[in-house]
Amino acid sequence: MDLFEYQGKQLFARHGIPVPSGEVAETPEAARSAAERIGGKVVVKAQVQVGGRGKAGGIKLADTPAEAEEHARAILGMDIKGHTVHTVWIEAASAIVKEYYASITFDRGEKKPLVMLSAMGGVDIEEVAASNPEALARLHVDPLTGFQAHHARWLVSNAKIDVGAQKGVVAILQQLYAAFIDLDAMLVEINPLIWTESGDVVALDAKVTIDNNALYRHSDLAEMQQSVTEDEQERMAQERGVTYVKLDGDVGILGNGAGLVMSTLDVVALAGGRPANFLDAGGGSQADEVVTALEVLLSDTKVKSLLINIFGGITRCDEVAKGLLTALDKMNATLPIVVRLDGTNEEEGRKIIAEQAPDNVVVEQTMLSAAQRAVELAKGA
Amino acid sequence: MAILVDGNTKLVVQGITGREGTFHALRNRAYGTNVVAGVTPGKAGQDVEGIPVFDTVRDAVEGTGANTAMVFVPPRFATDAIYEALESGVDLVVCITEGIPAHDMLRIYTHLKRGDQTLIGPNCPGVISPGKGTVGIMPTQVFNPGRVGLVSRSGTLTYQISKELALLGIGQSTVVGIGGDPIVGSSFIDILSRFEADDETDLVVMVGEIGGNEEEKAAEYISQNMSTPVVSYIAGFQAPPGKQMGHAGAIITGSSGTAQGKKEALEAKGVRVGTNPTEVAELVRDALS
Repeated sequence: MDLFEYQGKQLFARHGIPVPSGEVAETPEAARSAAERIGGKVVVKAQVQVGGRGKAGGIKLADTPAEAEEHARAILGMDIKGHTVHTVWIEAASAIVKEYYASITFDRGEKKPLVMLSAMGGVDIEEVAASNPEALARLHVDPLTGFQAHHARWLVSNAKIDVGAQKGVVAILQQLYAAFIDLDAMLVEINPLIWTESGDVVALDAKVTIDNNALYRHSDLAEMQQSVTEDEQERMAQERGVTYVKLDGDVGILGNGAGLVMSTLDVVALAGGRPANFLDAGGGSQADEVVTALEVLLSDTKVKSLLINIFGGITRCDEVAKGLLTALDKMNATLPIVVRLDGTNEEEGRKIIAEQAPDNVVVEQTMLSAAQRAVELAKGA
Repeated sequence: MAILVDGNTKLVVQGITGREGTFHALRNRAYGTNVVAGVTPGKAGQDVEGIPVFDTVRDAVEGTGANTAMVFVPPRFATDAIYEALESGVDLVVCITEGIPAHDMLRIYTHLKRGDQTLIGPNCPGVISPGKGTVGIMPTQVFNPGRVGLVSRSGTLTYQISKELALLGIGQSTVVGIGGDPIVGSSFIDILSRFEADDETDLVVMVGEIGGNEEEKAAEYISQNMSTPVVSYIAGFQAPPGKQMGHAGAIITGSSGTAQGKKEALEAKGVRVGTNPTEVAELVRDALS
């Protein structure tokens, strides 16, 4: 789960990391009054979860509250790389001396947190890593003994952080690591981390990704998730607990098990089709869960044919067949549906479909033939 | 010989009185696994169809000599359950539970690698050595005794490929589901090295998917350390970057962890990669003939 900049900054502030004072606004008028309360020059920043906001015109400096309102009017509703701006963050403008970079990532390859620090911030850090690797200090942390002050001092020294800023950066790195652990984060990133004219070190941006599996112990973060999902089907799936990812094709996919569903998408593509989505109905699916999953799928008007690919382990094929019939009954869907059932109770499942399903449902024996048929039907529709 | 699970396995099931725990403990026993004990706090002295229940794993191990533990408890209790199993001294822990926080697994993994115990999973279907025993939730009817080892990050894809193998008359020595989380107790390399040492395994099928770099590391390992041939399959060519595809670990981060990158890494080391499950089985057949 990715957070917006303002959410990340609020969490950073809670962990003692200095951030500019600011407020969220959803209307130009609210942006103006926020700017009045903050006082002085402010920055109006589009809240979208995609890089390159500045270049796209989503970050503007305002000298007066009236100007902040004007910028907010231009930015709100703006489309930045497919993300609509619904919220702006208004914050006090900072007097920047230098821009640094700091991050902690969950390095699954090394199986350790990786702390990175650079004196070359405010730019794409992957470019720095490629063109000037010595400018990026990297340190893996033992998950059991944790991040100590001496680690922070090593990083600050190796990244060649300006002497006047070193103490502030050392403190922030330690707070950032504490936040990384406390929040069950997969990523915390500050780019740029700035050294100001008044000598402070401040997080001017915040990128935070939280582990979905840990949300049960962070009820406040789980609430933040609500504002994030844009796509209609993805939001519907999220509300109903269905594992769904929207793609841009026209062959709807329902399967069980992440690996089998990914493989189904690949096989559809190899057959010359374009999958409309990833949908994992999960292990042990009952008829009700299949109905819910189909409701999400069929609400996507781009879907021209549907491929249901089940390998029954804990999942029973007769339950899937019953769920399909119930869903069709309820939704009166007429698009072509190709079903492939294998594994536990496959015979019973196929029998239910053969005897009771409407004519738009066809059964195929293998995953490959089912994928080919679904692709043909999508093209013919 | 098989690997990990065989006739010497003595299994304790943590969470045995839960609905899923009971169902699968009994299914494992019906397949021939020696299920010696179950654990549910507060239910010591009871039994599940003759399997004695203990309050703690330590009591179960002392009382029955269990050498393998299967964790079947909900995610918020599973971290504790894994530590409890490890501290009881069993050789092998198989964790089925999906949804354990990644930071918890980072600490468990680091702790685990300082000792000599083995963890399979979490978020996995378990292990089966066809004809000898199973620990987990795999549908046993899909598998047949044979001489092909199979290691996979995915459950249903394992069943699909095993079915394709069965259609060609090919069975398995052992099938290991290592799990779909970003951090799992045993990597591809850990399992490949066991298959390499197993005199009942003639070939290994490695089933990977998007996310992380374990397949790439395995490619290097295979070229340096294995005489047993390996055939592979990678799922997720159609997965968009930055989206989690069901499994917590199945996510392309930036430009790393793509299916294409994994396929190329494996092929560069001479490992054949099938484009679909049917072709994987055909490659296995061709390699064995």
